[in-house]
Amino acid sequence: MTTAPPTAAPLPSGATLLEVRAVSKQFGARQVLKTLSLEIAAGEFLTLLGESGSGKTTLLRLIAGFEQPTAGEIWMRGTRLDILPPYKRPVNTVFQQYALFPHLNVSENIAYGLRASNTPKNEIAARVNDALDMVRMQEFAAADPARLSGGQQQRVALARALVNRPELLLLDEPLSALDANLRKEMQFELKSLQREVGIAFLFVTHDQEEAMALSDRIALLRDGALEQVASPREIYARPATAYNAQFIGQTNLLRAIIREGVADCGSFQFPYAGKDASALFSLRPEAITLAEDTPQPADPVRFSATIRQQIYSGATELLELETTTGAFLRARIASRKPLSGSHDFVFSVRDAIAVRE
Amino acid sequence: MYSRAYRFLVALPPILWVSLFLLLPYLLMFAHSFWTVHDGLIIHHWNLSNYATLFQNPLYVQVLFRTVRMAAAVTILSVLLGYPLAYFLSFRAGPRKELLYQLVIVPLWISYLVRGYAWKTILGSDGVLNGFLQYLHITHGPVSALLYSPFAVVLMLTHIYTPFVFLPIYASLEHIPRPLIEASQDLGASPRQTFFRVILPLSIPGLLAGATFAFVLSLGDFLAPLLVGGPSGTMIANLVQSLFGAAYDWPLGAAISVFILIVTLALLAITQRIEMRWSKRWSLE
Repeated sequence: MTTAPPTAAPLPSGATLLEVRAVSKQFGARQVLKTLSLEIAAGEFLTLLGESGSGKTTLLRLIAGFEQPTAGEIWMRGTRLDILPPYKRPVNTVFQQYALFPHLNVSENIAYGLRASNTPKNEIAARVNDALDMVRMQEFAAADPARLSGGQQQRVALARALVNRPELLLLDEPLSALDANLRKEMQFELKSLQREVGIAFLFVTHDQEEAMALSDRIALLRDGALEQVASPREIYARPATAYNAQFIGQTNLLRAIIREGVADCGSFQFPYAGKDASALFSLRPEAITLAEDTPQPADPVRFSATIRQQIYSGATELLELETTTGAFLRARIASRKPLSGSHDFVFSVRDAIAVRE
Repeated sequence: MYSRAYRFLVALPPILWVSLFLLLPYLLMFAHSFWTVHDGLIIHHWNLSNYATLFQNPLYVQVLFRTVRMAAAVTILSVLLGYPLAYFLSFRAGPRKELLYQLVIVPLWISYLVRGYAWKTILGSDGVLNGFLQYLHITHGPVSALLYSPFAVVLMLTHIYTPFVFLPIYASLEHIPRPLIEASQDLGASPRQTFFRVILPLSIPGLLAGATFAFVLSLGDFLAPLLVGGPSGTMIANLVQSLFGAAYDWPLGAAISVFILIVTLALLAITQRIEMRWSKRWSLE
């Protein structure tokens, strides 16, 4: 039986593993993916982040082979992938609801891929054993999947995919079926597991916190097109678009008129080298501090505003500010005693990031 | 909580119904099977002579074995036809699924007798099939062996019971979560491997239920052999019918009925147990 083509020595970390080249996908009249291109490096943890309907699961299914692209190609290490049936692609998937085979026990589930590729029996036994160890499910080897908890099923699904040693693991919202506490725990486990095995993970989620916590890079999808592909730190600190800035974390979007190198937001101005036009800036709430606090940020911009609300959340609190021109801003500051009335605030010019609309 | 009186009142009609129309007739039949007929009168003297006749008289033994063989043939043929049909509808039919499903079901609404007579006109000496074979010069005269043979009975019963086999298989295939099929492909299993390692094992309960339907219903059928069977196609139920009718030997007829009933119930118990065990293990709730 033919399965995955024999793969050569593993690619050095960072080399391009998978290339999505100008892929489009149309479902009837709806264009789900719009000429999307993306590269995945060997050993990296890349997250496809987007709202439901943004096309992230479709892209994953195209790579796995469950859907065919309307246009474009998918390549992996010099092999064209999109013309191969799913069972001949050297990728494995962890499904959203795990999709464990109910008629097979845990070991048999994990051995499934190895049996399909006619791996010798003693090698199957050894690798299944290692996989059980890896996900700490040794004691459940003979259990039926129906008897396992969500987190345990999740681990079996991971082991079942990883035991085949794919170079790319596709994960379709694998944590979404778990409750909040277990989710956090599994995030941690997933990340350390990925470091341990060194396999590239393509992880689909709609949860931006999860994406931030896990990823080497985040590919932010919106309506079937990529908004930005960057590391979590960069995507947070330097969002490319207003959508990004709002989707990942909270932000203040400032509308400014640029005239002769100065951006005018009404109640405050700051220098900005750009041609005269209307522009949008993202300013994170934590970039705004009270002017009375020291030290002052570099290149400070001062403005005064009235505190309309103060929402306490432990170490920090969120202030809702109304500027002298009636605009509302949010500031996240270190907790202190209740404030009221008008105060002076300050932020650094460097934190005001021009974003595309 | 409802009062005892209320619960008793509510339970009474079904209990009466079942006792009057199910348990009582069966009991009467059971009793008859131990009596005998003498000079046209039923002698209420308890003995096992009817059962001895059933197992020793070559006529009954022969018909009994023939009936089991024919029912087995119908079961195998219905499964061979019904399973691929159900598989195609469930996995390959796409948007035509609903229409095709209705087309499979429609024959169930047509009278059994009408379908029997239809086979008569198809298989008869001057029937459609013979005419066609002669037109193609495959045969040079009518083939009389087509009608009034065990072959004709098996053909007709297969036609009638294939939808009964199709339905439970189709239901079990529809219940297989599609991500399981994708997971199998994703793990490198070819379509053939996916069928034999995931789809077939998960449809075994439906397959068993369908096969049981076909076997049990064929085992007790008397209309198909009556219409298209002829003397060589007589089945056990035809003997029962004649024993209760013209032959006037109710006790022997009752003994045969009791025997068929026991075989059927045993079969149902076994398949139900297997089904229960499998589906219990699989319920992912």
